[in-house]
Amino acid sequence: MFNDHILAILLTFLIGVSFASNATADVASPEMLANTCLGCHGPAGISQGPATPTISGMSELYIIGAMLAYKYDNDEDKIDEIIEADVDFEDVEFFARISTVMNRIAQGYTEEEIKILAKHFAELPFESAQQSVNADQAKTGAKLHETHCEKCHEEGGSSAEDDAGVLAGQWVPYLEYTMADFASGDRDMPKKMKKQMEEAHTANGDDAMRDLIQFYANKK
Amino acid sequence: MINLNRRSFLKATSGALATGSLGFPFLASAAKKRVVVVGGGVGGLIAARYISKGDSSVEVTIVEPKTHHHTCFMSNEVIGGDRDISTIKFGYDNLASHGIKLVQDMVTEVDAEAHKVKTAGGTTLEYDRLVMSPGISLKYGSIEGYSEEAAEIMPHSWIAGSQTALLRKQLESMEDGGLVVIAAPPNPFRCPPGPYERAAQIAHHLKHNKPKSKLLILDAKDKFSKQDLFMQGYKDVYGEMIEWVAAADTGGGVKSVDTKTMTVSTDFDDHKVAVANIIPAQKAATIAQDAGLTDDSGWCPVDLGTFESKKHKDIHVIGDASIATGMPKSGYAASTQAKVCAASIVALLNGKEPGTASYANACYSLIAPDYGISVVAVYALAEDRSEIKKLGGGLTPMDATAEARAREVQYAYSWFNNMTAEMFG
Repeated sequence: MFNDHILAILLTFLIGVSFASNATADVASPEMLANTCLGCHGPAGISQGPATPTISGMSELYIIGAMLAYKYDNDEDKIDEIIEADVDFEDVEFFARISTVMNRIAQGYTEEEIKILAKHFAELPFESAQQSVNADQAKTGAKLHETHCEKCHEEGGSSAEDDAGVLAGQWVPYLEYTMADFASGDRDMPKKMKKQMEEAHTANGDDAMRDLIQFYANKK
Repeated sequence: MINLNRRSFLKATSGALATGSLGFPFLASAAKKRVVVVGGGVGGLIAARYISKGDSSVEVTIVEPKTHHHTCFMSNEVIGGDRDISTIKFGYDNLASHGIKLVQDMVTEVDAEAHKVKTAGGTTLEYDRLVMSPGISLKYGSIEGYSEEAAEIMPHSWIAGSQTALLRKQLESMEDGGLVVIAAPPNPFRCPPGPYERAAQIAHHLKHNKPKSKLLILDAKDKFSKQDLFMQGYKDVYGEMIEWVAAADTGGGVKSVDTKTMTVSTDFDDHKVAVANIIPAQKAATIAQDAGLTDDSGWCPVDLGTFESKKHKDIHVIGDASIATGMPKSGYAASTQAKVCAASIVALLNGKEPGTASYANACYSLIAPDYGISVVAVYALAEDRSEIKKLGGGLTPMDATAEARAREVQYAYSWFNNMTAEMFG
């Protein structure tokens, strides 16, 4: 009994020490890590466009999901394993997504750093892109959004609370790339989103995506 | 007196760092601390802004002789004709709103011992820490017959501005069927993919305006940055128009030029050229040499975690002038070095140990208006501080789709807008 007790204390002590040495010494501060992103994603994470998205004010879970998909090149088994192994990733959803440079860049960050980055950018305020839109298309898009998208992309696609991507106020080329990737199957989406996209397309044809994009680009 | 005391505290702090001891919090209440930044390019501007942001009590002064800055990035697009030079020209008007002073003058002397810099205009500025981001100087003497004067006939266009405009003008006025030569420099030099992006941009102009012309890259090296991607892009977009010649095939690239006869020569051949872009070998800017910050290589050795000079205490060197072992001499590299340096300086001025550094590079090259390629990397400091170690990254894949290449162009423009917003916004 006595020996077991000592063993338990020793074990606790050893685990504690190893945790401490993992967590402290080498991880850079949130600002230091985030600073490396800003040359492309903009001062304070607000992109000046034309294509790179604003990442400040996005959902923490959404950023983690995106970064894991990039880091592991959409390897579903590996990503599932990572998500299951870490209680912080419990609510992260994986959807495959393609990229130009992010899959290469994400390899340079550990899971720990990805968490820090996600939390950091999620806490920063979002600012809408200043861009001109087609008002008529945006108006049609507003209706489409209300019918097909609002349930998950809350508050006109401006909320991060829903853990879906922040669409409102993003740059048009970014929104176009994203929609094109969903349409081509290069990017996976939840089943219910696929269903809604198909319904919007059936209702308004090829103009549906264009009008939705104009709506989001216009929404502050 | 107060200054002297503070300086000796700082020295004590730096000494303590080596032994791993922690901060000197009482330093926080010391008198106003002064940082002087030499150079209003990427490194200098970003260092100044991040120091000011990190500790608004620090008095930050940039010394820069030019009233406007022309970015080197996207200057190849100006040479190719798709971009107006006015779009790469920026002023320093917003510095004041970030609490940064600007002295429009040229630093002529650095007194590392006395912690002072002197300018051509006769101003003396005292500093607690000095940031040197002076960029490069060109080794004109490395090519026989090449000089500052010769560069008015055969431009290098490697420091953006009037040299960029000159090369553009020459391309506009050359006759169809002429030969354009680019002399690509030996390593290390500013912007490793730059000469090769330039070749593509010039070919873009020739293809659409002077299709019988030819472009020859006479290289001082046997390989270069993003080589496979460039060679593939040249062929895909410009067919046989661009020919790259390795150093091994010319005995080491361009050895001499004659601006009177418009001849560019290697050990083996003389080329009569319509336009010559001669990019000579490089070293750290003259002021860095004069300040005794360089080693035998002509560049500035630094501690890779703080960018503090290994030659002089309390002086930090960032950007192209520094030896940032492991990182390329790129604009993005300079920007993240500046942020690491700024965080270190803020920590040191407040008697704290600098935190763990993180660095990145993102570098796009535009082969055509819808054809972009890139190299990216994320780095950390090696444990023994001997290099800035790449943790991840890489090149655009060789089999990227046309759509992905077109997107890379739009992301390159975003890079440009966001980088310049960080610098000048």
